[in-house]
Amino acid sequence: MQNILNLVEQIEALTAEQKKAIAEWIKEIDKKITVTEFKLDRTEKVKRTTGILLEETIQELELKRKAVEDSNATLQKLLEDLKATQAQLIQSEKMASLGELTAGIAHEIQNPLNFVNNFSEVSNELIDEMTEQLEKGNTEDAKAMANEVKMSLEKINFHGKRADGIVKSMLQHSRSSNNKKEPTDINALADEYLRLAYHGMRAKDKSFNSAMKTDYDENIGLIKIISQDIGRVILNLITNAFYAVTEKNKLMLDGYEPTITVSTKRMNDKVEVRVKDNGTGIPQKALEKVFQPFFTTKPTGQGTGLGLSLSYDIVTKGHGGELKVETKEGEYTEFTIILSV
Amino acid sequence: MKILVVDDEKDVQVLFEQRFRKEIRNKEMEFAFAYSGEDALKYLNELHEAVLILSDINMPGMSGLELLRHIKEKHHQPPPVVMMITAYGDADNYNTAMKLGADDFLTKPLEFSLLKEKLKAIQ
Repeated sequence: MQNILNLVEQIEALTAEQKKAIAEWIKEIDKKITVTEFKLDRTEKVKRTTGILLEETIQELELKRKAVEDSNATLQKLLEDLKATQAQLIQSEKMASLGELTAGIAHEIQNPLNFVNNFSEVSNELIDEMTEQLEKGNTEDAKAMANEVKMSLEKINFHGKRADGIVKSMLQHSRSSNNKKEPTDINALADEYLRLAYHGMRAKDKSFNSAMKTDYDENIGLIKIISQDIGRVILNLITNAFYAVTEKNKLMLDGYEPTITVSTKRMNDKVEVRVKDNGTGIPQKALEKVFQPFFTTKPTGQGTGLGLSLSYDIVTKGHGGELKVETKEGEYTEFTIILSV
Repeated sequence: MKILVVDDEKDVQVLFEQRFRKEIRNKEMEFAFAYSGEDALKYLNELHEAVLILSDINMPGMSGLELLRHIKEKHHQPPPVVMMITAYGDADNYNTAMKLGADDFLTKPLEFSLLKEKLKAIQ
């Protein structure tokens, strides 16, 4: 800069004033350059710092990514555990309802077995009498007795099959579902579980009694369902209904007659199964939650809170059907299963 | 002797008719059947003729014990003999039946030879 100033001093064409002005400008420019240099330097420093920061951030992000990966793995494991627990819960709910049924099932089997034993003894006696009559030459009487033996044998066969059916349905109930839809007589299924639920309740509470009304539509025919699953739903609804009338019965209301109605109806391509009780009804607050898992109004230890939620899944997810509820607190509850044929 | 058998199992009729075929043939005993407590009461109200009633306790609707109460409270002079039958031979049922005036208490499975003796003793 000094060189430029000296050079300007030597130019004779310039007045002293002009020289002074130029010198001022040059000093001004010099100052600006100094400032700019300083700024550049500072920017450079910032750039370096930023670079370091960026590097650190990248490292941190990498750590975080790894952490997320780890927690994902943990969550996945937890999810699998949860699924396993859920499967176990479903199984224990099944076994719990089977436990409730055991006494009922024993009773249901006892009845046909009594018939089998009795009719086989009767047949034995009849054969002796028949032989006696034959020895006397009374062929007509012998023939009549042969007919009676035949009838007794038919009864043995009928009740043997009945016991067989009960054992089979019990096995089906406890087995994990094979998810196979098979043509099923829904009326017979509903009736079977109605009886089982009734005897199950009787076995638990001897004072229990309820009128049972049935109204089955005989024109339904066979419908394709997973029978043990729908059986469980029906059983669950009937058991709940019995519980509701028992609770209301405890209030000792005048003229109260506990009544449960199970009915079926075919409507075009749909079949409805209704389970109605004149029990305690469901309060509006609880109604919103009845299908939620683990929701129960029963005292601790008496209900898993899974019955209706599993029923809901079986009907909707398992069969593409609907499970509806209508209720009036203190008066009635009616559940309707709607299935497509 | 007219005996009314009350049981919700319909084949009980055929069984009794077979088990007591000789007595029926000889007209020593006559059987009528009702399949519910309600039916039994209706039968008794209309016919007033059963001397002995054999009733199952565990029936849908009106239970055997309720039927027993109705019979002993409201029916007939002299009241018919009432024998209760149950698959659940527990003390509660037994005590209630006795308190309500049951004349006998039998458990399932029925011993028909025993029952026959009891019936003949009443005759």
